[in-house]
Amino acid sequence: MDQTNKYTHTSYLENEGRFKGILSWLLSTDHKRIGLLYMNTIIVFFLVAAVLGLLMRIEKMAPGADIMDAQTYNGVFTIHGIIMIFIIVIPGLAAVFGNFFLPIMIGAKDVAFPKLNLLSWYIYVIGAIMGVLSQFVGGGAPDTGWTFYVPYSAESATNVLFALTAAFILGFSSILTGLNFIVTIHRMRAPGMGWFKMPLFPWSLYATAWIQVLATPIIGITLLLVIAERTLNIGFFDPALGGDPLLFQHLFWIYSHPAVYVMILPAMGVVTEIFPTFSQKPVFGYTAIAISSLAIALVGYFVWGHHMFTSGISYWSRWFFSFLTFIVAVPSAIKVFNWVSTMYGGSIDLKPPLLYAISFIFLFMIGGFTGLALGSLATNVHLHDTSFVVAHFHYIIFGGMGFAFFAGIHYWFPKMYGRMYNIKLANIAWGILFVGFNVLYFPLFIIGLQGMPRRYFDYLPQFETGHFVSSIGAFILFAGLILMLYNLVRSRRKGPWATANPWKGVTLEWQIESPPTHENFETIPEIKHPPYLFKKEND
Amino acid sequence: MEKPGHHILSYNSLLGVLVALLSLTALSVWITNFNFGTLSVGVALLVAAIKGATVLTYFMHLKFESRILKLMVGGVFLLFALVIIITFIDYLLR
Ligand code: HEM
Ligand SMILES: [Cu+2]
Repeated sequence: MDQTNKYTHTSYLENEGRFKGILSWLLSTDHKRIGLLYMNTIIVFFLVAAVLGLLMRIEKMAPGADIMDAQTYNGVFTIHGIIMIFIIVIPGLAAVFGNFFLPIMIGAKDVAFPKLNLLSWYIYVIGAIMGVLSQFVGGGAPDTGWTFYVPYSAESATNVLFALTAAFILGFSSILTGLNFIVTIHRMRAPGMGWFKMPLFPWSLYATAWIQVLATPIIGITLLLVIAERTLNIGFFDPALGGDPLLFQHLFWIYSHPAVYVMILPAMGVVTEIFPTFSQKPVFGYTAIAISSLAIALVGYFVWGHHMFTSGISYWSRWFFSFLTFIVAVPSAIKVFNWVSTMYGGSIDLKPPLLYAISFIFLFMIGGFTGLALGSLATNVHLHDTSFVVAHFHYIIFGGMGFAFFAGIHYWFPKMYGRMYNIKLANIAWGILFVGFNVLYFPLFIIGLQGMPRRYFDYLPQFETGHFVSSIGAFILFAGLILMLYNLVRSRRKGPWATANPWKGVTLEWQIESPPTHENFETIPEIKHPPYLFKKEND
Repeated sequence: MEKPGHHILSYNSLLGVLVALLSLTALSVWITNFNFGTLSVGVALLVAAIKGATVLTYFMHLKFESRILKLMVGGVFLLFALVIIITFIDYLLR
């Protein structure tokens, strides 16, 4: 790594704008600063929720009640899920790297509506605070699980109202961000950047943004209906009042399945940027990747029923949803082939971002294949609501989206902070994380197949070994997380200065200073080439 | 993309739209007198969709917008229609 001197330009980190000190962050409309606001909030919440996960694993290390009782466990997995899903992975990559890099990668100075962008963060924070409050006020921590299924969520004496409201508010932040990105991509691309000259991370954000705008209102209204049922006794879901509990599951998953793509599409976008850079080769099948993002977004709207196979929906609905679930695997597989082919024959540089990106493929594929097992009607009956499901979605969400986040942060860190982290330490942290992850979650597949139910705080003796191994994995994983974060946090201030383009990337963000200036570009670039043109070694 | 100019609807046509919306509201109330059985949700949604489309076309000036915007809004309508239809087909077949 070049030990160049401190940069001479005034970066966005120094440019405080109209306000000074902390206010220059809290009131900034600079997309890069807002991206960092999201990132820091998300990291704090992630640590809290990860500790909650660790506590659950400690509880399950041995049979019987060890450190908490059943009701506490119910509360812990509920808030763990709510934080991880609604506060971390749904905004996640789009809010952090989307905010920071979307404008830069399409050659713009900011998003289309910078003030709206800041407002989205505030709405997000208010929602997050509501979620935290739900733990401490009223009838005790909510115990419904993050899915809020009726009839229980309409009856539970715990403080479900706060949690519902929190998720409702967080939804607005998501909608506004999506809206902002759609307009930004339509209106603010640099001259010459036609749709098919746009890098693929922006493409994935575009597909994501449409889901955010179109699906999120449905969950908002659904949660309002539960609130109305709880407070006003209007019968939407309660059969005694003339409602239908399955209607809730339909509405919930009409949002929440597409929401899975809100999480994973930007993750795919991030690794799609990483593979060409570290193979020094243009992305294989550019158009296929761009279009498959849209295809995933579109087909992903029509598979929600695969969460309801055992709930008593009609035979033909099950048939339909199972079929489409298999269809949606096709565009995902197309991407996997494209990533692998991008690396094939390239000059591969195995740096931390690429390590994370490759492990993303590995973990995502385990998650995807087990998803097909869950999507088949017959096997689903056996696997539904077992720890197999817990393993599956952790492989997808944590192994996929989480590892893509780690890949992204290691990739763009030198651009964001103008400094480099310790590569060796990052490699070690990656190894610990990867091992810990698999030791933690893989046993859950096995005991799930053997019948270990999900969301139980205790278990029968035959599941002891599996749970024990899994808990050991949790500790390893946690150690890896701490090491990774330590390396990054420390290097923000103390790392050696990085050059503007340490990885020899070719997309626009690597053509400007590190860290970028307030306006990103002195003059808006003219785009003449497709996005992934690498020079051959000696030309 | 062509720039759609400023269009000002005359008071009379705005008034016409308002009257149409109010009568459709009356219609959706009146229609509850009849029992359409399994189709009752569909009928209510149909009236609501006509109202929504009217608001979009005239009040929100979709009529004067570029084709791409019309396509986007149309696509969104189609998507929601499909989602609702699929959900309710499940009820019919159960
Ligand atoms: C620090 C690492 C983590 C550990 C140790 C952990 C552990 C757990 C455990 C033990 C459960 C309860 C399973 C059950 O009894 O049904 C759980 C549930 C869950 N986790 Fe994690 N987890 C971690 C990270 C994550 C991440 C990164 C995400 C999302 C991005 C996530 C999302 C969820 C969700 C959605 C549930 C389901 C909650 C529910 O059933 O309501 N977890 N996790
Ligand atoms: Cu799903």
